[in-house]
Amino acid sequence: MRSVGLLFCLLAPCGLFAQVSYERILRAESESENWLTYSGSFRSQRFSALKQITSENVAKLRPVWVYQIKEPGLIETTPLVVDGVMYLTEPPSSVTALDIRSGRPLWKWSRTMPRDVRALGFPPVNRGVALLGETVFVGTLDGHLVALDSKSGAVRWDKVIADNAVGYAITGAPLAINDKIIVGTSGGEAGIRGFLDAYDAKTGERAWRFWTIPGPGEPGHETWAGDSWKTGAGATWVTGSYDPDLNLLYWGIGNPGPDWNGDARAGDNLYTCSVVALDAATGKLKWHFQFTPHDTHDWDSNQIPVLLEGMVAGRQRKLLATANRNAFYYLLDRETGEFLIGSQYARQTWAKGLDKRGRPILIPNMDPSIEGTLAYPSLQGATNWFSPSYSPLTRLFYVPVREMGAHYFKGEAKYVPGKEFMAGGEQALLGDEAYGAIRALDVLTGKLKWEFRLQSPLWSGVLSTAGGLVFGGTNEGSLFALDAETGKPLWDFQTGGPVRSNPISFTVDGRQHVATAAGFSIFAFALP
Amino acid sequence: MSASFKPDVFVGGRRVVSALALLATILLPGTAALAESPISKQTSDDRARGRRLFEGQCARCHGMDGAGGTGPGLNRSVLGRAPDDQALFSVIKEGIRSTEMPAAWQMIDREIWQVAGYVRSLGRTAQVRLPGEPELGKRLYETKGQCATCHIVRGRGGSLGPDLTEIGARRGAGHLRSMLLNPGSSKARDSSGYISFLVMRVVTQDGREVRGIRINEDTFTLQLRDADNRVYSFRKDDLKELSRESGASLMPSYQTVFSPAEIDDLIAYLASLRGER
Repeated sequence: MRSVGLLFCLLAPCGLFAQVSYERILRAESESENWLTYSGSFRSQRFSALKQITSENVAKLRPVWVYQIKEPGLIETTPLVVDGVMYLTEPPSSVTALDIRSGRPLWKWSRTMPRDVRALGFPPVNRGVALLGETVFVGTLDGHLVALDSKSGAVRWDKVIADNAVGYAITGAPLAINDKIIVGTSGGEAGIRGFLDAYDAKTGERAWRFWTIPGPGEPGHETWAGDSWKTGAGATWVTGSYDPDLNLLYWGIGNPGPDWNGDARAGDNLYTCSVVALDAATGKLKWHFQFTPHDTHDWDSNQIPVLLEGMVAGRQRKLLATANRNAFYYLLDRETGEFLIGSQYARQTWAKGLDKRGRPILIPNMDPSIEGTLAYPSLQGATNWFSPSYSPLTRLFYVPVREMGAHYFKGEAKYVPGKEFMAGGEQALLGDEAYGAIRALDVLTGKLKWEFRLQSPLWSGVLSTAGGLVFGGTNEGSLFALDAETGKPLWDFQTGGPVRSNPISFTVDGRQHVATAAGFSIFAFALP
Repeated sequence: MSASFKPDVFVGGRRVVSALALLATILLPGTAALAESPISKQTSDDRARGRRLFEGQCARCHGMDGAGGTGPGLNRSVLGRAPDDQALFSVIKEGIRSTEMPAAWQMIDREIWQVAGYVRSLGRTAQVRLPGEPELGKRLYETKGQCATCHIVRGRGGSLGPDLTEIGARRGAGHLRSMLLNPGSSKARDSSGYISFLVMRVVTQDGREVRGIRINEDTFTLQLRDADNRVYSFRKDDLKELSRESGASLMPSYQTVFSPAEIDDLIAYLASLRGER
């Protein structure tokens, strides 16, 4: 037995269920054998420094194991991997720990949902967990933030943080920063007032709350007519990014409510459809940038803010790059929020362009109407919650794109707590009239370097690697690898189910793996 | 390809076959399906209320007019998950496990029936009096038109084209006429919005040419069915040429085959096919 134990320690130097200290997450980019946080690192580049799998050998990539999800539902989880264990979520809000060598479960935690649990305007999904110390953190559909023991799945604490009865729910992965767990909520189609919270990782006590819609007397409150701010939405349902040097947290804010009829909420509707930079210690707003003022197309700005450095307008800057649901790509100075560059990356018919401050120059009469208004992109946007990737090697920003238009209809909505509050709808142009693409943009200019066209508008994120590859997945069930420099397809594998997840990479016994969810399963791949 | 195969992109006429097979199995016990549906007693006010509820709560996924969005199109007479009205009520009330379809806990039963009634109205053509003679049309279908070479009615016929057993419930007379005179003008889509029976032509790297109906397609592969009902599977990177012939059809036009009166007869026959077996 001793020799087996010794061998095991050699294979996994830290042992199963090791501590995930905050310092390790801070340095996640230099620990590429693991995947410690939702987007790979606080910079959210979803880039892996692993380079065993390359453009030369990727054609030989083979499945190593498949884990079949036990709960029915859509699988949008991004697994985390640390020291031999993969932590993933299953719908609606369960957590499973797997042995990454075998794909065999080590433990599972499930929460029985109340029968009347509300998922208003979105499917009952979960996108993943956060790890810190010996604890796994997960948000639940019924509005709880739960801390689980990473060795057993036992509950350390369980806090109700949002009232599901009025439409709040948690679908996004929390983010662990220092000693805090940052968590946002869904509910943008239920007339919530959005917020982003920070909780003490040890006790579950709330450290701060940032309301995404300013209350009376606060700056920005004047951008809401009458009492519309009370039901103005602004959900925070996708995980944000963090700059530890500036101690700023960057988080995307969702659409205003009601979605398709803005008559009762005249004004820019801050901070909906914006990215906010918050002091991570206090939750106080440092700056904001609004991509789509007074949105009437449901173009949430929850897309991942990607942090990088680069020379723009004559000097080296700390940058924030993001491809927005509204079809424009933006480069901001992340110290100040200054708009630097904006360019269209997908078809859009609602703005003539962006002015020098990045505000859209609107094309008249593109709002939803009673008879229907044709506009691009569709309500699901030119991209959505699934992650982009940035490779510091190619300096390219890879965006999963949805090329689809829609007829937008304006309706009426009366706010009723716990009911949908949308006031209209869309009829999307489907099938052969729509398509998907992976587009590679020059990160500093937004100019298109290459495109790989796909059968249908995507619901899957991308991963870029130091092996010169971009991994992604399609609605029709293919996982694929593209040459990161040229977009040339080099490998694909039919999983049998739609891919609605973000790929990750890690090592098992020093051997690079790529894993992602597809259909009702998690697939792990490696070279033979 | 078996009738129960349910590809995620395109299924041509096959989904109808599998849906009807499901209908048959559900009807066998003869319980709920035989009870009178509350939909039959609904008023136009119920229907209008159902429409408003649909637009507020269902349209985000199923599209404003029910033609589909992220959810499937519901403007068809046979819904795979809801072969009868009681099943449709249950789908709306309880949702569908393993899918994005949620339970409508927020609606009372009466409202659910109103929505169900509206959904049913999306897929039903009205039975109207037509000028032709169905019996004459049936004879033309079986003889001069040779329609059964490619189409199934009540289980009999060829399977290249769509099953016509319930075509009269799915399509109005105007659509049937344009299909007979100009088959390539079809705007029919499957529930994911893909053009049904799209004609595609491919040339392989070794020069082999195949022209046929798209069965299924994804980014990397293509499955076609040629005019002889042979199925082909291609990887797109093995193809030298790939083209879509939108506006084309493997079905011939009957403009010059039938007289105008015969066309009326055939339409009357097709319109009479409303799912009876």
